Amino acid sequence: MSQLITGKTGEWEIVIGLEVHAQVTSQSKLFSGASATYGGTPNSQVSFVDAGFPGMLPVINQYCIEQAIKTGFGLNAQINLNSVFDRKNYFYADLPNGYQISQFKQPIVGEGYMLVDMPDGTTKRVGIERLHLEQDAGKSQHDQDPHRSFIDLNRAGVALMEIVSKPDLRSAEEAALYVKKLRAIVRYLGTCDGNMEEGSLRCDVNVSVRKPGAELGTRCEIKNVNSVRFISQAVEYEARRQIEIIEGGGTIKQETRLFDANKGETRSMRSKEDAHDYRYFPDPDLLPLEIDEAWVNEIKSTLPELPDAKKARFIEEHKLSAYDADVLVMEKAKADYYEAVAKGRDAKVAANWVITELFGLLNKAGKEIEDSPVSAARLGGLIDRIADNTISNRLAKDVFAVMWEEGKDADTVIAEKGLKQLTDTGAIEKLVEAAIEANPAAIAEFRSGKERALGFIVGQVMKQSQGKANPAMVNEILAKKLSA
Amino acid sequence: MTIDRATVQKIANLARIEVPANEEEALASQLNGIFKFIEQLNEVDTKGVTPMTTAAKVKLPYRKDVVSDGGYAADLLANAPDAANDEYFAVPKVIE
Amino acid sequence: MTTQLTHLTIAEALEGLKAKKFSATELTEAHIAAMAKAKPLNAFITETPEIARAQAKASDARYAKGEAGLLDGIPLAIKDLYCTKDVLTTASSHILDGFKPKYESTVTTNLWKAGANMLGKVALDEFAMGSSTTTNYYGNVINPWSKWNGKEFTEKLVPGGSSGGSSAVIAARCAMGATGTDTGGSIRQPASFTGISGIKPTYGRCSRWGIIAFASSLDQAGPMARSVKDCALMLQAMAGHDPKDSTSVDVAVPDWVKKLAPQMKGKRIGIPKEYRVDGIPKEIDDMWMKAAEWLKAAGAEIVEVSLPHTKYAVPTYYIIAPAECSSNLARYDGVKYGLREEVEGGSLADMYKATRRAGFGKEVRRRILVGTYVLSAGYYDAYYTKALCVRAKIAEDFRKVFESVDALLTPTAPSTAFVIGANEDDPVKMYLNDIFTIPASLAGLPCMSVPGGLAADSLPLGLHVIGKPFDEQTVLDVSLALEEAAKFTAMPHFLAA
Ligand SMILES: [Mg+2]
Ligand SMILES: [Zn+2]
Repeated sequence: MSQLITGKTGEWEIVIGLEVHAQVTSQSKLFSGASATYGGTPNSQVSFVDAGFPGMLPVINQYCIEQAIKTGFGLNAQINLNSVFDRKNYFYADLPNGYQISQFKQPIVGEGYMLVDMPDGTTKRVGIERLHLEQDAGKSQHDQDPHRSFIDLNRAGVALMEIVSKPDLRSAEEAALYVKKLRAIVRYLGTCDGNMEEGSLRCDVNVSVRKPGAELGTRCEIKNVNSVRFISQAVEYEARRQIEIIEGGGTIKQETRLFDANKGETRSMRSKEDAHDYRYFPDPDLLPLEIDEAWVNEIKSTLPELPDAKKARFIEEHKLSAYDADVLVMEKAKADYYEAVAKGRDAKVAANWVITELFGLLNKAGKEIEDSPVSAARLGGLIDRIADNTISNRLAKDVFAVMWEEGKDADTVIAEKGLKQLTDTGAIEKLVEAAIEANPAAIAEFRSGKERALGFIVGQVMKQSQGKANPAMVNEILAKKLSA
Repeated sequence: MTIDRATVQKIANLARIEVPANEEEALASQLNGIFKFIEQLNEVDTKGVTPMTTAAKVKLPYRKDVVSDGGYAADLLANAPDAANDEYFAVPKVIE
Repeated sequence: MTTQLTHLTIAEALEGLKAKKFSATELTEAHIAAMAKAKPLNAFITETPEIARAQAKASDARYAKGEAGLLDGIPLAIKDLYCTKDVLTTASSHILDGFKPKYESTVTTNLWKAGANMLGKVALDEFAMGSSTTTNYYGNVINPWSKWNGKEFTEKLVPGGSSGGSSAVIAARCAMGATGTDTGGSIRQPASFTGISGIKPTYGRCSRWGIIAFASSLDQAGPMARSVKDCALMLQAMAGHDPKDSTSVDVAVPDWVKKLAPQMKGKRIGIPKEYRVDGIPKEIDDMWMKAAEWLKAAGAEIVEVSLPHTKYAVPTYYIIAPAECSSNLARYDGVKYGLREEVEGGSLADMYKATRRAGFGKEVRRRILVGTYVLSAGYYDAYYTKALCVRAKIAEDFRKVFESVDALLTPTAPSTAFVIGANEDDPVKMYLNDIFTIPASLAGLPCMSVPGGLAADSLPLGLHVIGKPFDEQTVLDVSLALEEAAKFTAMPHFLAA
């Protein structure tokens, strides 16, 4: 779905490609044994290898290779059995070696694709250009001293997967959904925790504009776009900026720009103004990476079910709508929760409870599914009480609210509140008889042919039973009494 | 090809080495001498030859994913010309 | 007694130690005294007599318990390219001012495990780039074969390079052996210039971990000493697989010393005709042919062979080595260790440029610039890829030749030691010093230099043996045969007076 922007000279199309850096969820770094976990006091998770000390050499972490291969499968991509680590040479304060070990000509994963689920239920196929393994850089802090920047190398050398899309995205919305889907896939695979706040998933957005159908325009690379919301903002801002320049008679300069989240703007990065000449060449400290095909097949055989497959299964086997299936599969924890609730129960009822009631409360409370006060087992228990007529559907919602608030299971709440449905025929008969007696006018109306008056009597019975009487039984008994 | 003074400055900038203007000429001429010598290689027919990046004929070895290094910030900073608060490497302020 | 001890070979000294003729402490003290007398050579950047004494004491304790290691009690000099824990490590460069690593290289760790001790750190060409040790930030190292009047040198010759500090102290009998590193000839050419032996093993045989990198795909550690057997002993201790170096090869280290034999019967030795180049002194050619006769006399069959791409080895090397060095030396930026030059009010880039300008010498700067250029956009394929392809052809030449011969014999260097300052004006002329050593380096082959005799100028000349990958045994055996035939006993002038 192209989102066309109208400028002074007519309509413009936005062309977007994304480079996502996803941190591999490993214990140690890509080429050293230092810890790769988040946090840690400055420079405490750094080896002499990471800090570029003389004579230090890289040795690759097998687990990181495995995670890259897994992710490659998740992106329906070509796994390259032969790939090469290159040095990308440039000077920067947080790059201690003066080069980053990356993969340039021969990445570990080649072309693939990803399906992006659009809100209208359609899917868009987005091409994946490549995935390669590379080292993260350290962090510079510029605000601690008026004249100096401080360097913390804890992140230096942490394994990243750079996932490059083809310029197939056409709107800010598509870009945002692409990232959401990619995040879902890596989380399903467990190859990256997808945490954008901690920087485990970072996006560089390449944006250009063109008249619909025209050749690709000059692109700008926007760095540091670190939330899904910012991606939309950055794309919108950047597209309008470029259109204004072109319509004002100017040309776009290919450059690296930084997204300023506070201002919602992009600006040119001074530190990257130098002409790029990274002088890539194969790292002579590392040999070409040759991967055993048998190992690749073994990895493939252990892949979990991914969002697309799960969605298809929910639609086919659970008979859910595409929309409901989408909502459930975007987060593996949500899908798992739903599946636990649906197991052995009516899938549609389960989906309805999970999506409408549970997600509704979670949203309101700003909670993640992992922090839900009501477990899947307890929600299942509640649905069971509806199915066996212990409580009505309407009362169940009240029970659910109490379960959420007080952290109790359905049976406890039902017992404590005395909410158990009244199904005793004798007791209901008494209530019905009392209602007939107390409402002669309504009975007269009914007898004169106004069927609607019956509903009023049923309502009175329900009211008298505090909602606990089984409505079906009330109707049945009332009909019997009146026809007697 | 010949390397001129501008090229000398371009490479020197990439390599982050100061080259004063009064050295450009001499350096350019030395580099041209070296490149003239190097360009003999054009005599060799290398069509279809696979570039040889290493003499090691072994498979890239793998490491297990365990934390086995790091945790010595003091040793890391012991040689630093400017170690801020004994916690960070410090450099002249960077403007991004 | 003292002078006698310093004139022993390592093998002889080990026998004396085992027989309790002298202690490791006595042996080490004799060398510490010789080191003090050898100051005019300017070979040591850092002397570590206290470390040597402590290690020697521990050796004596092991000898007393009968637990001595392969090199127990042997005093060695360490090329200042090896990182040594808490001991200044400079690579002979200003840019590593004050750098004391918190780690010890794998190879030196192996040597200390074998019981050797460290007299000190010796000079080299800055970052191992050179053939003369004149690019050492700490001044020129003088070849002990230079004319000496008892007080001063009346002529100053280079000790070769880059392992010139190593070669000088071994020839001057103030270390029994030394570590070297060889990228394009840096063990073999200085060995040749000082009348000692040195072997560069197969690439991957010794760990590069903790050795300051020059050109990673070529750098290889190796021993230098005064006999073939001493080199075998040292290499035995130095070599071995290291999981910390991805290019280190996981093959067993054979017992070279035990199998060492000068018997050449059944061996085919190749004489590569392309090594007979114009402008090489006739006496070098004569020495080479004489050496072939020696091997023939020892039972070898001598055959002429062809390595057609030999002449392209030096230009190939001067693309690949600078390319790798331009990247390897990017880490010297004034941030983590060593020298920092700040420009008042300057940017980070200004700091980098000033530091690297002040910290690197002329030759290092020149090679970084060459390397930066050949890797830069638009030139990469024309220079760098081209060089890698020619390298493949050079390696292929060797592979073919080794289908029919067991080893190759060539001269080590195209000249004897030259006067300090010669070749300085012309980098290309200086580069041609390694014309015979570079081809084998590009192919990663084991190769060794042993003294063949003295040239007309009374300076030593080396013979060069090249072997098949991981066949150090044949290289050592052929070298031993040459050593036995050459009977090289001449002493440098510095010791004669
Ligand atoms: Mg990128
Ligand atoms: Zn990247």
